[in-house]
Amino acid sequence: MFYREAGQFYTSYAKDQGIFQLRQDKYGLWGILFIAFIVVPVGLYLMVQGGLMAASTKDYLYNSIFLLLLVNSMAALGLNILTGYCGQISLGTAAFMGVGAFTAFKFSTGLNYRIQHEDDAGELVSQLVPLLPAIDNPILLVLIAGAVTAVVGVIFGLPSLRIKGFYLAVATLAAQFFLVWCFSRVEWLYDYVSSSTIQIPPLKLFGLVVTGSETVMRDGQQVTIYPAAETKYLICLSLVVFFAFVAKNLVRGRIGRAWMAIRDMDIAAQLIGIRPLATKLLAFAVSSFFCGMAGAMSLIFYLGALEGAEAFNINESFSVLFMVIIGGLGSITGSFLGAAFITLIPIFLVVVLPWLGGQFGIPVDAAMVEHIQFMVFGSLIIIFLIMEPLGLARLWQIGKERLRQWPFPY
Amino acid sequence: MGEFWEFVLAPVLIFESWQFGMEVVISGLLAGVMYSLVALGFVLIYKASGMFNFAQGVLVLFAALNLAGFIGLGIPIPLAILLTIGIMILFAVVVEYLILRHLVNQEQIILFMATIGLAFFLSAFGETIWGSDVKKLDIGIPQGRFEPFGIQIQYLELTAGAVAAALVTGLAIFFNKTKIGRALRAVADDHQAALSVGINLRTIWIIVWAVSGIVALVAGTMWGAKSGVQFSLSEIALKALPVLILGGFESIPGAIIGGLIIGLGEKLAEVGWGPYVGGAIEDWFAYILAMVFLVFRPQGLFGEKIIERV
Amino acid sequence: MRLKGLTLGLAAAVAATGIAAPAVQAADTQYFPLFTYRTGPYAPNGIPSANGIADYFNYVNLKHGGVGGVKLVWEECETGYNTKKGVECYERLKGKGTTVVFPYSTGITYKLIPNADKDKVSILTVGYGRTDASDGRVFPWTFTTPTTYWSQASAFIKYIGAQEGGMDKLKGKKIALIYHNSAYGKEPIRTLELLARKLGYKLTNLAVNHPGQEQKATWLQIRRERPDWILLWGWGVMNQVSIKEATNIGFKMDRMIGVWWSGAEQDVVPTGDAAKGYKAGTFHAAGSDFPLIKDIKKVVYDAGKGIPGGDKYVGQVLWNRGMVNAIFATEAMRAAQKKYGVKVVNGEQMRWGLENLNITAERWAELGLKGFMQPVKNTCADHEGNGPVLIQQWDGKKWNIVSDFITPMREVVRPLIEKSAAAYAKKNNITPRKC
Repeated sequence: MFYREAGQFYTSYAKDQGIFQLRQDKYGLWGILFIAFIVVPVGLYLMVQGGLMAASTKDYLYNSIFLLLLVNSMAALGLNILTGYCGQISLGTAAFMGVGAFTAFKFSTGLNYRIQHEDDAGELVSQLVPLLPAIDNPILLVLIAGAVTAVVGVIFGLPSLRIKGFYLAVATLAAQFFLVWCFSRVEWLYDYVSSSTIQIPPLKLFGLVVTGSETVMRDGQQVTIYPAAETKYLICLSLVVFFAFVAKNLVRGRIGRAWMAIRDMDIAAQLIGIRPLATKLLAFAVSSFFCGMAGAMSLIFYLGALEGAEAFNINESFSVLFMVIIGGLGSITGSFLGAAFITLIPIFLVVVLPWLGGQFGIPVDAAMVEHIQFMVFGSLIIIFLIMEPLGLARLWQIGKERLRQWPFPY
Repeated sequence: MGEFWEFVLAPVLIFESWQFGMEVVISGLLAGVMYSLVALGFVLIYKASGMFNFAQGVLVLFAALNLAGFIGLGIPIPLAILLTIGIMILFAVVVEYLILRHLVNQEQIILFMATIGLAFFLSAFGETIWGSDVKKLDIGIPQGRFEPFGIQIQYLELTAGAVAAALVTGLAIFFNKTKIGRALRAVADDHQAALSVGINLRTIWIIVWAVSGIVALVAGTMWGAKSGVQFSLSEIALKALPVLILGGFESIPGAIIGGLIIGLGEKLAEVGWGPYVGGAIEDWFAYILAMVFLVFRPQGLFGEKIIERV
Repeated sequence: MRLKGLTLGLAAAVAATGIAAPAVQAADTQYFPLFTYRTGPYAPNGIPSANGIADYFNYVNLKHGGVGGVKLVWEECETGYNTKKGVECYERLKGKGTTVVFPYSTGITYKLIPNADKDKVSILTVGYGRTDASDGRVFPWTFTTPTTYWSQASAFIKYIGAQEGGMDKLKGKKIALIYHNSAYGKEPIRTLELLARKLGYKLTNLAVNHPGQEQKATWLQIRRERPDWILLWGWGVMNQVSIKEATNIGFKMDRMIGVWWSGAEQDVVPTGDAAKGYKAGTFHAAGSDFPLIKDIKKVVYDAGKGIPGGDKYVGQVLWNRGMVNAIFATEAMRAAQKKYGVKVVNGEQMRWGLENLNITAERWAELGLKGFMQPVKNTCADHEGNGPVLIQQWDGKKWNIVSDFITPMREVVRPLIEKSAAAYAKKNNITPRKC
């Protein structure tokens, strides 16, 4: 009775084609956006002001949970377009995220290259010369990162015309290993620092500090301004919400239908006039665009400084694939649900297990927590796959059906 | 010769010193055999159940952990090996009972994900029981080297080659000459048809998982003798994947030949081109090599031909 | 459409808040978070390291009732050597009264450095981390005490020079560096290259990818190059395989020198006797033959108050190093207590304590560690202390110190550090402090 479509009529084509055909869905979405954009930041701010929560707890929620969740959601969206909608399994997601992160870094420092020469004493003198003016707008950086990654994605998508299924999955590992190797071997990518780590320089958006810090004179005193966690959160949230809408509209349009046709049977799709190469490569491009943005967001907002080979290793690729499968292949909602599940469950377990152990008087040390966490996590995945192979998105659908009928039997 | 050609031909120029060239070739082939040992387990399970078993790497670790653990407890080696085999069989039964039978007819990617879940579980489970320390695994495999014609060869690797040969022969006999083997092949060909002639699919799965558990034990023993038994052992699965796609998922000879090609290719590339581009290229080179093969033969060297129909 | 995601998120958030809410710090305890990796590919090295810190804290509590009457409390957070998990640990625990962290991972260190001054948390990286952070003017919150990778690399070259019979004999010698292909492994390359230009030896760099289980190609190249010396900059299983491969090809083990993270008991276990003669750097003595360590064994383990199964690690190389971490932290805390007249030390006071850390030879003796380490003295500009390096050698059973304290080539290393730190400051709009 909470979810009834009775009395809602589609009186125009536009309405009939709406993303949210039901009033409940539409209001629900507005409600969620309202919570995410306004209730969460304001609520947390007030809780800290009112002494209900420590400032560090608020930072923890933003920096370790919300930002990670948003970055992962973006990556999951990207992979879901490729795997869920177009049916091409990819294990190179993390590498594409890495391309995004390194692109953002290079553009934020002006695409430096190095000139080396020997001075009179025979010492090697090196100098970094910028090719372009450095970009300090984080949103612009994220978009550029997406665009460059899309190009790289297309290149590594080329074999998909010949190679299919798991063979393709393993072949995408070539992209994973090759790109990660580049992150630690191509000195230009990390501005020639000895340790191959990259760190995002100070960036600002609308005068707000987003990364790094700024020292200003205020009332004759030096004050250092640090980026507020809320700023990062709201920028990321806006990006994710905007691109989720883009993705939703892509997949329900002509392009999305072509992708799904390829996924369901590529020979049949070819017969009805869909060009497989163009369609698959477009999927690779769009998917990589999203993954690239996710990587750039991860560098700019979440990590700040990272080592390419470590931050974008193969395990990250697997974890994004998990998100997509647990969430639901071929579902935009599912990408978010999966990202939430995979991101939050381990953190939840780490926090809860010692507490649970304490309740029963069993001391649980950090290593044990980690082991139990892995075991529970592994089991949960298997249980989920057995119970609902179509993922959380399907569960959500079933839930909606139930809500529609409840409390009546039919 | 120009610098360009020197670079392009680097893997060939290794043979300027023929002893060194031979050493690279032999090491490459023997390293390839070590990869094949891991890849074999993948192939067995894929053949019988269409499951891309990502947990194979962890299975290698788990088997080696058990063996090293039992030996560490002071149990004599033959008994420890038997015990470990027993555990691998028990494990196969449990996997079938708890996972496989519930996932019949699911899509391959779901099966694949389930094995990753299994990998998570198993690696933590093994570490919980046996601890995370490095364990020495010494079951009397000869160490050291000999040098015919100035070419250095390690006994350990030679042993691995011999063991792999024995293993493949054993598997071939098992598959071709025994009743169970024939049933296995029937299942690999067509699940439905196999069921209809009265083959018990579940028993077959248990057998296949148990056999690949034992193959994992062999691989784990060889690798463990090299580096000690520890968590990193599970990551060798990633070295076996290019072998797998090169040889084809369903082919046992493919796993061996694929391993030899990958091993040889990556060593020649690393020794030849590595110094020019900063080294550590063998990981991705193996994958690129396999991918290039795939572009010409999308089902791998020995894989079954993919026939597409509408 | 994202309802479930957010509900889940909020549910977890609420749960996290409930538990991670700031434990109201008891008036007389000092809180330390420990980032450990007792699981995962680097666990064999992570366990003794973490135990060393925890055992010393435990000992100080049991024996002396804490530092200056303040009990030490510590909480472990498992990172599995994964930067993201480390970040999560840091954010979760920093509000509980954290004043200093031991990241025990290069990746986590790099991530934490930009936040340190905002959070008022010092980063103590004993023998790892970001080398140019030794410049206290640019990195006031980061401490690389007592020595760094660059110093170590230069000390190795000095040692090799001495073994060859003079620095001028290095000309034309071949040195191969086998390194873990990561930020950590690459640290020494610049220094070694610079010294190669100066001293005329030929340097061959060979990278090994994580995890380093398979190194055939690397050792084939060693066979071809036939270097006079090998420097090993590995971690985890890579060390064990490298040492084994070296013995396999018959390389003279006493001409192979590992970084201090490649020279623990764990690294030579699978090779056993064959590794006899293998050398490694360190900055403290090996073994448990010191009054303090014996006392820790007695007070903590013999009384049954230690970490279950932890007694076998006491006195191991990595355990000793963990203990050094803990000693630096407690000594800094003691100094801060004295300076500020407080009991529980806050972040800024702890930073002062670390910056003015001064452990003299007498103090080492007082601690029960006579001859264990050289005196350590930090200054405002120099957070590296003084940084002498020792060489230890594996005799098949245990590690023995075989060299005197080798002073690194500060005249080479320090300018490199300052240059690199200045570049960092410029990039990040930091005005270096005046010292």
